Formats: sequence, structure tokens, C-alpha cells
Amino acid sequence: MRPAFSVIFLTTLIGAGQGLFLALYTGQLYAFFDLLPAQDSRSYYAAGSVLALAFLCAGLIASFFHLGHPERAWRAAAQWRASWLSREVIALPAFMGMVLLYGCAHWFCWHAPLFELPGGRAVDPTLILGALATLLGFALFGCTAMVYASLRFLQEWHTPLTVINYTLLGGASGFVLAAAFSALAAPQLSGFHAGWAMILTLLALAGRTASLLRNARLKPKSSVRTAIGIKHPRIAQIAQGAMGGSFNTREFFHGRSTAFMRAIKPAFLILAFFVPLALLAGGMTAPFLLPVAFILQYAGLLAERWFFFAEANHPQNHYYRKVS
Amino acid sequence: MTQLALVIDLNVCVGCSACVTSCKEWNTSGAAGPLSDCNPYDANPTGTFFNRVQTFEVGEFPQTETVHFPKSCLHCEDPPCVPVCPTGASYKRKEDGIVLVDYDRCIGCKYCSWACPYGARELDEKQKVMKKCTLCVDRIYSTTLPEADRRPSCVMACPPGARLFGDIHDPDSVVSGYTLMPEWGTQPANHYLPRRKTTITIHEDQLVRADNPLKIDGKLPKPSRQQPTLDDVTSW
Repeated sequence: MRPAFSVIFLTTLIGAGQGLFLALYTGQLYAFFDLLPAQDSRSYYAAGSVLALAFLCAGLIASFFHLGHPERAWRAAAQWRASWLSREVIALPAFMGMVLLYGCAHWFCWHAPLFELPGGRAVDPTLILGALATLLGFALFGCTAMVYASLRFLQEWHTPLTVINYTLLGGASGFVLAAAFSALAAPQLSGFHAGWAMILTLLALAGRTASLLRNARLKPKSSVRTAIGIKHPRIAQIAQGAMGGSFNTREFFHGRSTAFMRAIKPAFLILAFFVPLALLAGGMTAPFLLPVAFILQYAGLLAERWFFFAEANHPQNHYYRKVS
Repeated sequence: MTQLALVIDLNVCVGCSACVTSCKEWNTSGAAGPLSDCNPYDANPTGTFFNRVQTFEVGEFPQTETVHFPKSCLHCEDPPCVPVCPTGASYKRKEDGIVLVDYDRCIGCKYCSWACPYGARELDEKQKVMKKCTLCVDRIYSTTLPEADRRPSCVMACPPGARLFGDIHDPDSVVSGYTLMPEWGTQPANHYLPRRKTTITIHEDQLVRADNPLKIDGKLPKPSRQQPTLDDVTSW
């Protein structure tokens, strides 16, 4: 497949935004159970929600560049019963709206207790809104990943690992971002977020390695023999019905050399996992490394997402092997 | 239930691409707008087509056969491109099984093309919507065209008659064939008829008369190059 930069930015930016929100809410839950010091509603939670919303908005804007008719994008919510893309189109604004409400609740200090837990802890609207946003955040991870995982023809994507990896990679980048944000806004939390960011980055590394290993030993279900229905060991295409290429050659071939494909794999593994891990470890004592960790990991995730799309072999390519 | 479809006989197709040009001519002139072309008279011409004829070489030289392979939307009975469409612009008609795109509802997200294993869908570079074969739905149900012309444009154009059009579910139909990429379970409605072995059926003694009287004289049945042949002296 040809990686589309609109989709690469969409999936990585909203992943980081979702992860950042989950990191903020995790911190709030820890504080709720007195495991971490409580933070200021406005300067920490509301500001963090604005940062998460900025990433989500940027992703949403990027997604419009993928459409031939962005002015009709609202129609995409229609088929939520059948289409994962439609579900994603609904889940993204729903999640953004809930994060906005969560940020508002913190900004306007809606801390009037709604009810009390048995231990005497008062549950306020921010906790409820955060819990709802968390559910929507995970639903959005699921929808985004299922857009790709549900396509059975793209065997590289048609695996539960796609869902796991989208969640873990988004979560990891969001927690790294949260660590960088906390370093500025609430230094006593940055170690907590950096620690979780390392755990998530390690888990994401495991998940991504598993999918790389799986895809390396994948047997394509289709061949040129099943494509044209002729059972002969040697079939060569002579003409594909177009001399200057077609949509089929533009959309489904990444057009890069095998050397490039070989090089980008270790590049994104180093940039998205190993470098951030080292910087996060260093960031425990030197917090200025945390923003650097996020920027480098985000660059690595762009390369990872590029590779995710490029490595998928579409069965239609059997019909477009040769121009002449 | 009716399922309109094409059956394409690969044993008959000569790869002339008359179906391609005829399809393009009809479908670029319709009310739905043109099938756009980019650089049509320049280097790297490209454009939107519903139907393309591809060519494959089977075997190893000199034991090869050239197979011309026309490919258009197969109007699958379980079309994977339809449920993925977020807007409902892609749909399969219940009454005749034709898979269509509503160009006014398509947002051009290209997701349906990812979900088609056959590469049957193409994004129109100018109109920015997904296009594909309509089985000439505007011809076959036309009330203005003569009865004989209410068939897909490609079928009418095919000089050797390699393309057959009809209801694939009709039990009285004589056509059948094989489907493409059966491993995906898409149940394409369009079928293909295979190449058949073509062997020479003329025997040696049909070329050389066994009872050639010249043989009796011990002479070769075939006159030498310099000798006048029968063709030169008689008009058969």
C-alpha cells in the first residue's frame, strides 16, 4: 500500500492525544486514592486536556486531507452499523467532546461531590467525566485499529496485534508526552508518567516485534494463479491495460526500494522504542530530556506508521505487476 | 433472486480492447459525468476506466500461451467493498445484484478500494469519487434504446463474442465458469471460461495424398521448386 501522510498523521496524533488524556486521568485516579499528590485543577488537568485536544484536533484536521470530498465528511457517520471507519468517525468527536467536558469540569472546578465511596472518598464530576472519556478513548483506539484489522485481504493487518499495537503505541507516546508535560506543569508527577511511559514503550516494542515476526512468515493467500484462474507454475504479466499507470498502481504500491524498506525497519525500532527508553530513564533525573524523548519517539512512530502501511501487500497487486 | 453478471470466455477473447474503448465511450458520456483522464495526449497518460484488458504469458518460451484477461468489477454476491463504506455510497441492488456507487454521497476516502481484492475500483482524479463498472445500468434498463441495445456496452462491442451477459442465477442459462480468487469467499458474480487446449487436427496424409499417383512412378509427391506446380497450369 502507498502510505498516505494524512492517515499517518491522523493515527499518530490522535494516538498521542488519547494516550495523554489516559495519562492525565491515571494520575488523577492515583491522586484520588492518595497514591500521588493532588494537582491543581486549572494549571494541570485543564491545561493538559487542552494539550490533548490540540493533538486530537490536529489529527482530525489531517484526516480531512485524505478525503476527495472533505465537505461531505459528515456523511461518514451514517454506516456505524457496518463500517469501522464510520465508527471511528463517531468515536473521535465523541472522545474529543468528552475530553473537552473533562477539561471544562477542571477549569470551572466542578468538584461538588456526587456521591461517596465506602472509604469516605467523594466522587466529583471530573472523575465521572474522565471515566467516560477513558471508555471512549479505548473505543477510539479499537475503532482506529479495526479500520485496518478488519480488512481480511490485507493479511499483514488482519490480526489482533494491530489493535493491541495501536493501543500500546498511542498509549506509549501519550504517556511520554504526559511525562514531558508534567515536567513543566507538575514536576513531582513526571517520574510517575515517565515510569509508565517506559513500561508502555516496552510493551509496545514487544507487540510491534511480534507483528513484525508474524508478518515476516506470512504466506500470501492469493497468487497470480488464483487471480486469473490459470493453474500454471509460470505466469508472467505482459500488460496491465494501462501504460501510464492507474489508480491501482498509485494507491497500492509504495514505490520504494527493498533497501529503503530494509533500512526503515531498524530505524523506526530505534527511534520509537530504544532512544525514548534511554531518554526516559535519563529523564528521571534530567527532566529536560523528556520533551526530546517525545519528539524523537513521535518521529519514530511516523516512520513506524509509514512502514505499517507500506508493508501491507494488497492482493490486487497480482493484476498490476508490469506496465507495458 | 436475479444476479446480473458477465461471463467472459478467455478462449475467445483476442485482446483487442474494443470492450475497453466502448465502455469508456459510453460511460464517459453519461449523466454521471466523465471518466476523467490526466495527460491523455502527453507522457504517462492515465485515466479512469471501468474495464481493462490485461495480458499474461503462461508457460516458458517457446511453450507459451498469451492470455488476454479482461477485468472489471465482478459484482460479488458478498461484496466486501459495500459494508466498509462509511457513508453508504457503495451499495448492492437487491433487485438485480449490481454493485453501484452513489457519486453524490461518496466522500472519496478510498476505503472501499482497499477492501476489494480485485482492484476493480478506481478513484476519479478529477471528480474525486470512487468509480467502478455499473454493468451499464443506464443501458440495460433504458426505455429509449432499441431492445437489442439494452446490453452492456462492452458486450455489444466484443467482436468475437467473448463476453456474455445475463442472470447468473438463471437455472436455464447455459453459461457457467470459474471465479477469481475463490479463497476470499467473495462469490464474484462475473465468471470466466477457461482457455482450452488448441491442437492441430490435420493429419499428415491429409496434407500429402496417400494415393498420389506420382508416388507410383517413384517420384516425389511434391514437385521441386523449379518445376511448374499444378497451381500454375490449372485453376483447380
